[in-house]
Amino acid sequence: MAASEDPGGSSVLSSAPCGKLREQVRTAVLSVVVLTLLTGFVFPFLLSAIAGTLFPRQATGSLITRDGSVVVGSELIGQEFIQPEYFQPRPSAAGNGYDAAVSGGTNLGPNNPKLKNGAEGFAGIRQLAEEYRRRNGLAPDAVIPVDAVTRSASGLDPDITPENAELQVPRVARARGVRARSVLQLVRAHIKQPQLGILGTPRVSVLELNLALDQSFKRSIVPGTR
Amino acid sequence: MQWTEAVFFLLMLVALARPVGLYLARVCERRRTFLDPLLHPFESLLYRLLGVRPEQEMRAPIYILSFVLFGAGSAIVLFLVLLLQRWLPGGPATPYLTTPMTPDLAANIAVSFTTTTTWQAYAGENTLHYFTQVVGLVAQNFLAAAAGLACGFAFIRGLARERTATIGNFWVDLVRSLLYVLLPLAFIGSLILVWQGVPLNLAHYTVAHTLEGKEQVIAQGPIAALEFIKNLGTNGGGFFNANGAHPYANPTPLTNFLGMLAIAVLPASLMVTLGHITGRQQAGWVLLTVMIALFIAGFAICDWAETAPPSQLAGMHIDGPNMEGKEVRFGVNGSVLTAIVTSNTSTGSYNAMYDSFQPIGVLVPLVFMLLGEVVFGGLGTGIYSIVMVALVGVFLGGLMVGRTPEYLGKKISALETRWIALYALLSSTTVLLLSAIAVVTRVGRAGLITNTGSRGFTEILFTYASCVANNGQAMAGVSANSVFYNVTTSIAMLVGRYGLAALALALAGRLAAQRRLPITAGTLPSDSPTFGALVFCTILLVGALSFLPALALGPILEFLQQH
Repeated sequence: MAASEDPGGSSVLSSAPCGKLREQVRTAVLSVVVLTLLTGFVFPFLLSAIAGTLFPRQATGSLITRDGSVVVGSELIGQEFIQPEYFQPRPSAAGNGYDAAVSGGTNLGPNNPKLKNGAEGFAGIRQLAEEYRRRNGLAPDAVIPVDAVTRSASGLDPDITPENAELQVPRVARARGVRARSVLQLVRAHIKQPQLGILGTPRVSVLELNLALDQSFKRSIVPGTR
Repeated sequence: MQWTEAVFFLLMLVALARPVGLYLARVCERRRTFLDPLLHPFESLLYRLLGVRPEQEMRAPIYILSFVLFGAGSAIVLFLVLLLQRWLPGGPATPYLTTPMTPDLAANIAVSFTTTTTWQAYAGENTLHYFTQVVGLVAQNFLAAAAGLACGFAFIRGLARERTATIGNFWVDLVRSLLYVLLPLAFIGSLILVWQGVPLNLAHYTVAHTLEGKEQVIAQGPIAALEFIKNLGTNGGGFFNANGAHPYANPTPLTNFLGMLAIAVLPASLMVTLGHITGRQQAGWVLLTVMIALFIAGFAICDWAETAPPSQLAGMHIDGPNMEGKEVRFGVNGSVLTAIVTSNTSTGSYNAMYDSFQPIGVLVPLVFMLLGEVVFGGLGTGIYSIVMVALVGVFLGGLMVGRTPEYLGKKISALETRWIALYALLSSTTVLLLSAIAVVTRVGRAGLITNTGSRGFTEILFTYASCVANNGQAMAGVSANSVFYNVTTSIAMLVGRYGLAALALALAGRLAAQRRLPITAGTLPSDSPTFGALVFCTILLVGALSFLPALALGPILEFLQQH
């Protein structure tokens, strides 16, 4: 190969290259300080001033309050429901379940036996499926949707699939002593379709649905008594 | 239906590539933009404050030096902020911060966020103060990204210029990248995120009283300040442990889609910038086409693996795709799209847990990281990721036709080839060497607390692939906050950032000094479909030669065990 007939740097210069290590160090120190102030103070300050004015509810976490000032949760964050008169969310790996200060998934590989069969203090998919069928009065070989027995990535998934919600309708209706059809109607009214028609999958927010349940049908149980 | 979102994504990307690419060319060439009336005064002010003489150009060694000095200064500041955070004011309340800020963890975070890797050996909500998240991490999300874009600009100049000793002024590129690209886009993007529900406050963690009468502590914070620039700057480290899966960080399918677009649009558009500034528009589009072809192939394989009924659930009468470690609102397709985008762009802001992916589902993101982030790539750095592989292709093509290889009119002689070979070897050697060390040492294997066997091996390989590629995503089953992992991943990140940039910029300096050769009948055209195919095959060939044995021990073995 005809190597390097053009000896690099000896060609025409467009302008004098700047050098001097000390000059570069000085600029480096100054730029780290000044640009950190710009991006780490000015940017977030301006952003929160405008965002807080335009979207105060979202900026403070989309919190839902009831009876005036009691925060019952956030619209966006899933929470645990175990009582039969409420729709139940997906199983959760965040802390001891829906701990919104410790997000995370199981990180169990698909072939890890613990995922399927469980372990001490950890319900596997097999046990979760059995329990789901038992709670909802389903046959042992009834097909159930996968989101009902798998843990989400955040452990705080606020949503379940419409199929999952509909399978829980008879149980919720029975526990509340109301007709299944009216509960089903409520579920259908709470299905969120994909955004812009193509983004995401159809889903039902469990907390929103349960709040609507409490509003539409009288509860048989006072909170905290069980 | 399942491919609609991905197709829509690619269409948007291609539609935006030209206008955005031409705008970036203006920023790179210091020509007037529509933002000049607003921003030019600030630009001049910043030059004066920093003592930068914008007309002064730098040779490649000085450019590299400035880049390294800026990174080092940033890392030192971040390290100090991390170590001092417990004496700084603001939330969240100390009892929630359960992970101690050890010096090795602080050093790891400092390296991680100043190299756009944003590998996270910690969980944000249990480790960091709001002050650290904003003044430490938000700032570095901007600064490290802008420094990367600056290197990309310098590399383009190296290809475009002739008979010049210099490749630009790092400080000018840094300031212009920040002012004209990152800050305005991040401002608008962050506002959209807040509108969709991403919180932005300094409140303490909220105690909620649930409908069933229990308490739920909900972590809060200045989340929106970080979540958009983390994507736009191809950083990827999230506010929370669950990163892009957390409903506060990524509340809707729309925020997810915009996040993906924010990640890919600048790196993809830079192909147009490259073509425009070098005066070979077609060559830029050829590279972009190669990227999109690889993207589609990867998406198809990963999507197939994740949508198929999971084999571990066979016979259990459970209907649906692999939803373990995925969120309902994104669905499998939204999660796979995100996996493909983030693992290609050194971003790592996953919205689903890779450790719960099927073996082939995890193979695809892993391979994309190992290939060196050639599809779109990191902001700025992605230009040399793809061009370096294209140059290997040029070299192979030159051997085949028996002529001195050239690319965009620049001759690739023996010395240039040496830089290119070093570049190609540096990342693969680092990944394999560090993975081997982790596998054979007890401290390395101690990280495998969740999974073992072939999946455990994959976790380790994934860790170092991610760090060298400056990606930062993890198979989170690895317990990585130990002295061993904090030190070795830091080495990987430093090599991936400064080692590769130094080689690429040194090459750019050499190419700038050359004169541009005219196109003759004997030139292997760099804007033909044949050339695209050559680059495509080179990427796969180099990747396969380097990593097939390691992949066989990891995801491929696991796949075979499963069937």
